[in-house]
This record gives sequence, structure tokens and C-alpha cells, in this order.
Amino acid sequence: MERDDLIVNDSYSLNAKHGEEEGKKIRKKLYMVTGILTLLTVFEIFMGVYFKRNGTFTWETIKLLFIVLTLVKAAYIVLIFMHLGDERKNLKYVVLLPYALFILYLIFIGLYEGLSVQHLNNTFR
Amino acid sequence: MAGQAQAVSKDQLWSGGQSPFGISYGKMMMWYFLVSDALTFGGLLTAYGVIRHGSADLWPVGEQVFESLPGLHGSYPLIYVALMTFILIISSVTMVLAVEAGHRMDKKGVIKWMGYTVIGGLFFIGSQVWEWSHFIHGSGGGFQVSAPMTVAATDDHKQPVAMELTGGSWVHMTSDLGHAYEHALEHGDHIEISNGKLIITPAAHGDHDAHGHDAHGEAHAAAPQEYPLEIVLNKYTLEHKDGKDLRKLMVTGEEAEKIMKNMASNTLVFGANLSKNEYAVQQQYANFFFFITGFHGFHVIQGVVINLIIFLMAVRGVFERRGHYEMVEKVGLFWHFVDLVWVFVFTFFYLV
Repeated sequence: MERDDLIVNDSYSLNAKHGEEEGKKIRKKLYMVTGILTLLTVFEIFMGVYFKRNGTFTWETIKLLFIVLTLVKAAYIVLIFMHLGDERKNLKYVVLLPYALFILYLIFIGLYEGLSVQHLNNTFR
Repeated sequence: MAGQAQAVSKDQLWSGGQSPFGISYGKMMMWYFLVSDALTFGGLLTAYGVIRHGSADLWPVGEQVFESLPGLHGSYPLIYVALMTFILIISSVTMVLAVEAGHRMDKKGVIKWMGYTVIGGLFFIGSQVWEWSHFIHGSGGGFQVSAPMTVAATDDHKQPVAMELTGGSWVHMTSDLGHAYEHALEHGDHIEISNGKLIITPAAHGDHDAHGHDAHGEAHAAAPQEYPLEIVLNKYTLEHKDGKDLRKLMVTGEEAEKIMKNMASNTLVFGANLSKNEYAVQQQYANFFFFITGFHGFHVIQGVVINLIIFLMAVRGVFERRGHYEMVEKVGLFWHFVDLVWVFVFTFFYLV
């Protein structure tokens, strides 16, 4: 079988090319995303340093906020940096759906088991 | 990227002769590999969550364990990790700029941005080496108290607080005290705790002073060295046990002496390894640190090597002759994935 990475003037790769004008637009978008990712990280660090870890509602909310911000950052990386946003819809689903399905189930069963173990530990110690 | 999605009618899409995804075989397989690798990391982080959630003992807090900067004294919580995160994000940006330059067939641009990406990756690996080294050597030392006791401590604002310690409570020595203690134990020096001080008399063979800094390799007079006792309470503790406030409480002098004398036998730990660590009673904390950041670091090393190969191929004009820079895009996918994983490790290991 012919290795497709060695194919000269492969049509899929040629389709991905763009001109100088479009390159400028794309770079502008990339710099914007860089700014957003940096700001989000700085914000997370600030929240992590400023707020004390105690079991209060504030801290629990901040923890949830961290997870949401992380998902936002992940979305920017996957959709913009990895260009998944520009791919065909069927590839997006093939990548994202199986992952979401497995990982959500894993997190669910993990939390369920973890709570149970914690309960046992609290009861019998 | 532009032009990737050509219009193909629905009944033509899966009838063969072309990629239904509109991408080459190699790129598709890279995506499949990344999905499976992401599942591995997802499994590791979920396992971390399960163990932490079910842990009966207190769990260390990231901002208190990772608060040092190379060559500096004092507390800089999370700053070093933030720096590492920033380095990786920037090298991800240079990578995507290399991909963009490749789409314009700009050889010079690809070489420049790939070069920066490799340098960024090397910086990240170097940072992780320092982080590991710091974690393994520790920043003081920890032990459990044996009998329940009440001590007079001071909080962040120097206000007095009475703190009850149960048997088995984990306390942490500050770095100066811990390092002096560890060094004295290693050299078999005489250790005495009295008057709120740790007094170390160097052993008779005298091949070092009590500090352990023998610049000339000569024997020193065995003058006892004194170190103030400083113990940190409530450090490295899990946040959601009973909703109690986890301010950093300090105990010094005579009160600290009481705690030191109440040390449970065989619980003193300096630094961290796979069987015990100074940060907590249980060992899983260090195990997960080594395994998750280690597995990620392994990916970074692979990524740097692959990036370097692609960089050299670009320099030699291989892609120029091939007519497209798709290989840059494929290794770019892997490199962004490494960045993506770090974003999650950063959140779940250091922040939450």
C-alpha cells in the first residue's frame, strides 16, 4: 500500500493550503486564542492562590468554575489549535462522541465508587 | 482550515474512492490514536479522583505542596506550575503557527516556528525535572503525633489559636528545621530538643559541620548548632473532610517542642518516594504525582523528539519537494494533545 504521507501533491493536503491574505486572518485568530488561554490561566492561578481551601460554598463553587474554565480552554485547543472546528462534521463526531460517552461513564462510576469507599472509611474507622 | 471540506453529496460520501472525513489516512489515524491516548489519561485522572475522594486520611493541597521557585526562599504558591503551563501553551502556539506557515508553503516560517516549539518543549522538560527533584527531596519533613494533645498555635494573621491534635495527626516541619534534622540523622549527629530549640552536636568523626556545608573538607570544631523549632499544622490537608477552615497554623518554640517529643515512632519522613512521602500519611498522593506527571512528561519527551525530526526534515526541504507540509500538521496534533493533557493535569492535580 502506498503511504499517503509520501504522496506528492496529495489532494487532501493541497486542499488545506491557503494564501497570504487568509494566512493573516488565521494568525490574528491564533493570537487572540493565545491571549484568551493566557488570561484564563492567570485567572485560575489568582483564584487558586487567593481563596483558601475550606469546605465552604465559595470554595466548592470555585472548584466547579475551575472545571468549567478547563473545559473552555480544552475546547479552544481542540477546535482552533487542532483545527477540529474546521473539519467535516462526521470527523468531529467520530472523535468527540465516543470519548464523551466513555469518560462520562467512567467519571460517574468513579464518583459512585469513591463515595462508597469514603462512606465505609468514615463508618468503620 | 480553508478548503478542507469540499462539497460531496451524501450518497457519494461512503461509496469509496475518497475519504469520507475529507482528510488523509495518516491524519485520521493520528486522531484515532489521540482519542485512545486521551482515554488513558482520562482513566488516570479519574483514578486519582476516586482514590482522593475515598481517602480516609487527609489529602495534600496543591498550592501548599508546590510553592517554591528555583533559587528563591519563601512561599510562591503555584507560580512555578503556572510558568510551566504558560511555556507549554506558548509552544503550542508556535506549533500552530508552523502548521499555518506550512499551509502557505513558507519553508522559512515552518523552520522558525518548529525550532521555537522544540525549544519550548525542552524548557518544559527541564522545568519538570526540577519539579520532580524538589518533590523527591522535599521541603522540610513530616511526622505523625502519637498521643492526642492541644497546642497553642498562631494563624496567618498571627492570632493565637488553640489546636487539638488527635493521635495520628500529620504535622510538617518547616524547610530549615527539616533539612537540619535530616542532615543530622544522616550523619549520626547528636540531636537534642530543649528550650524550644533543636540542638545538633556534630558526631565525633567531624567530617562536616552541623550545617553540612564543609567548604574545605576539613574537620570542624564540634560546636552545637541551634535551630528554632517551627512546625506547621493543618498544612497538606484535605479540604472537604468536615468543612473546617484550613488556614496555615504555625507552632513555634516550647509548643513545637511538645509536638516533637510526641512524635510517633517510625513516622518521620523526609521527601517523597513510591512508598511514603512527607506530604501526607497515605502514599497514593506521591504515587499519582509520579505516575501522572511522569506519563505526561514521557509524552512531552516523545513530542520533542518527533518535533525535532520534523524540524530537520523541513530544514532539508523534504516537505518542499513533497509539495505539502502535512507531516507538520500531524505532529502538531500530537503536540497540541500534550498541551491539552497538561491543562487537565494542571486543574485536577494542582488547583482543585
